[in-house]
Order: sequence, then structure tokens, then C-alpha cells
Amino acid sequence: MSDQNAGGVDARVDITGVVCPVTFVKTKVALEELEDGQVLELRLSAGEPIQNIPRSLKDEGHKVLSVRLLDDGAYLLTVRKGGLAV
Amino acid sequence: MAFTDEQLERYSRHIILKEVGVKGQKRISAGRVLIIGAGGLGAPAAMYLAAAGVGTIGIADADAVDLSNLQRQIIHAGADVGKAKVQSAKESMNAMNPDVQVMTYREWINAANIRDIINDRDYDFIIDGTDNFPVKFLINDACVMMGKPFVHAGIIRFQGQLMTYLPGRGPCYRCVFRNPPPPDAVPTCRQAGVLGVMGGVIGSLQATEALKFLLGLEGLLTGSLLTYNALTMEFRKVKLARDQGCRVCGKDPSITTLIDYEQAVCDLRPA
Repeated sequence: MSDQNAGGVDARVDITGVVCPVTFVKTKVALEELEDGQVLELRLSAGEPIQNIPRSLKDEGHKVLSVRLLDDGAYLLTVRKGGLAV
Repeated sequence: MAFTDEQLERYSRHIILKEVGVKGQKRISAGRVLIIGAGGLGAPAAMYLAAAGVGTIGIADADAVDLSNLQRQIIHAGADVGKAKVQSAKESMNAMNPDVQVMTYREWINAANIRDIINDRDYDFIIDGTDNFPVKFLINDACVMMGKPFVHAGIIRFQGQLMTYLPGRGPCYRCVFRNPPPPDAVPTCRQAGVLGVMGGVIGSLQATEALKFLLGLEGLLTGSLLTYNALTMEFRKVKLARDQGCRVCGKDPSITTLIDYEQAVCDLRPA
């Protein structure tokens, strides 16, 4: 737990095991558990997920904070819930 | 209540919509919709509401499936001819989506039973899928008196129309149409015919209104009558005002009890 808090991450979800659109569904389920301003860390695959998920997150008013390519080819993305809302 | 992985996948196309999400799908799953009439309008409405995962769907109709129904009532199959429409409808809905609890009422709606049926599951929203004026006025009056939202619709030949009543907002059906026409003054679709797809278009729009209501979305057909002419392929949205002198929803209503109007003689079927 101390590791998560150190990175400012409130929850993590791995969506590399599912395909679109369940990837975004799982992301939304995880986000709805959080309060506005909290941070979710997503582990997602290359291709469709990394192309679509960040855009869908922005469309729904969340702020993508960082995207990092991992050694195994997957991506690690952090997003702040409601971060784009005024 | 949390959705299972299977439910998340089943409803994924809803959940990814910004206007729905997990919360909206939960509202749909907790929703209770009563469909009066398992015919041309009720069949597609019931299919789409069941597919959408509406938690409780009531369906009321005393009729049995007839071969002449199959040209448009897509919830029934050839093997269902002779079976109670409500039973056939329930089987089709549950075969597609076992999440849905289907309540069947094998009765003709009348002034004596409509309150009990609406109260049975305290339905949130009512769909008028009936084919005659006396029951349309009865549904309107009951919904106004009970403070229940409903969507009216009618189809005949190549024409269809619908309008939604929300309690305290916009006109009711009687504000617009006042009284049922005299029996036999207007042909029924049994006499006049109807293009089969009209029920699909208008019944699906009724289901849309029900889902939007459950989701708490604005922009329903309140104070608007939407008409569709399939011959010219024209939709028209006619704005309608509330009638302060309306006999059921006006300031000083004179209709305070439910009544059964006379039905066209040709529509009464032998027992």
C-alpha cells in the first residue's frame, strides 16, 4: 500500500486481459469507485486500447496524467478522475 | 449490486456511453416498466427493453397469438400461435436476457384493474401499446390520477405518432385529444391495415423514451407529438400546450374516477 500512496495512485486496474469495448467498461467501473480528483493507474495493451482509452477518458472529463511504455510492451497510464471538469 | 463480468460484457455498449455509464446501467437494471399491449407496438418495445436489461418488465394483454399477428409482432414466433401473448412475450424476453423479471397480466385493461396492475410492481414508466381509443384514454386518465409517466403511441396504415406525459409537466393525452371519437368513427388497424414495420419504428421510439426516463435524461417528447409518415418518409414534431381546462389534468378536473368508454362493435371479439 505504501508503494501506491507514494506514487499518488488511489487504485490500479489491469485491462490487458480483455478486449475493446470491455477495456473501457472495466476502466469506467474502476473510475466510478473513486472520488473526483483521485488517481487511477491503468495497465493496458498496445494497439486499440492505447489508441482509444486516453481519448475516451478525455471525452468523459478525466485528465490523463502520464503514459509510460513498459519493458513487456504494455503501457502504464495514470488518470485523474474528473480532472478536466471546470 | 455489482455487475458480473458477463453483465459488464452484455451491457458494454451502454456502459461506454457517457450518458449511461455503470450508474446509468444500474438505473436501467433497477427500472420497472409496464407495457400495455403485446402487439405491434409492445412487441418491439418489450424486446428492446429486455435487451437493455430493464430489471422488471410487466406486460398486459388478454389475447392469444394469431397467425395474422406475425406480420409485425416480432416477439412471437410461428410455434406460439394459439399461446397467450404475454406468455409468448415472456419466453422471448427471457430467452434473450435472463436478467429480466417479466410479470405477465393476461387481462384486458379496464377501469377496474388498471390501478392494481400499475401498483403491482409500482411501475416507474408505462408504455401504451394498445390499439383502441377507449383504453388509450383510460391509460391517460389513470396515469394522470396516479402521477405516473407514460408514452402514448398509435399506428395505422403508413402513419405513426407518439407523445410522452410526465406528471406536472406538459400536456396529457386528453389535453390534446379531449374525448374518444364515437365508436366506428375511426377505423382500427384491424380494419384499415398497417405496414408491419410501423410498430418497429414507433414502438422502438417508445422504448427510447422509457430508457431516457430511467436514465434521468432530458429531451423527452413532453409537450411534443412526434408523427411519422412512412409514405413520404417525414418526421414532424408538433409542439403542444397544456390545456388549463383539461378535464383530467387541468386546474379544476371534472374527471376524478376511471371509466370504460364504449368500444367499436366490430372490435369486440367473441369470448
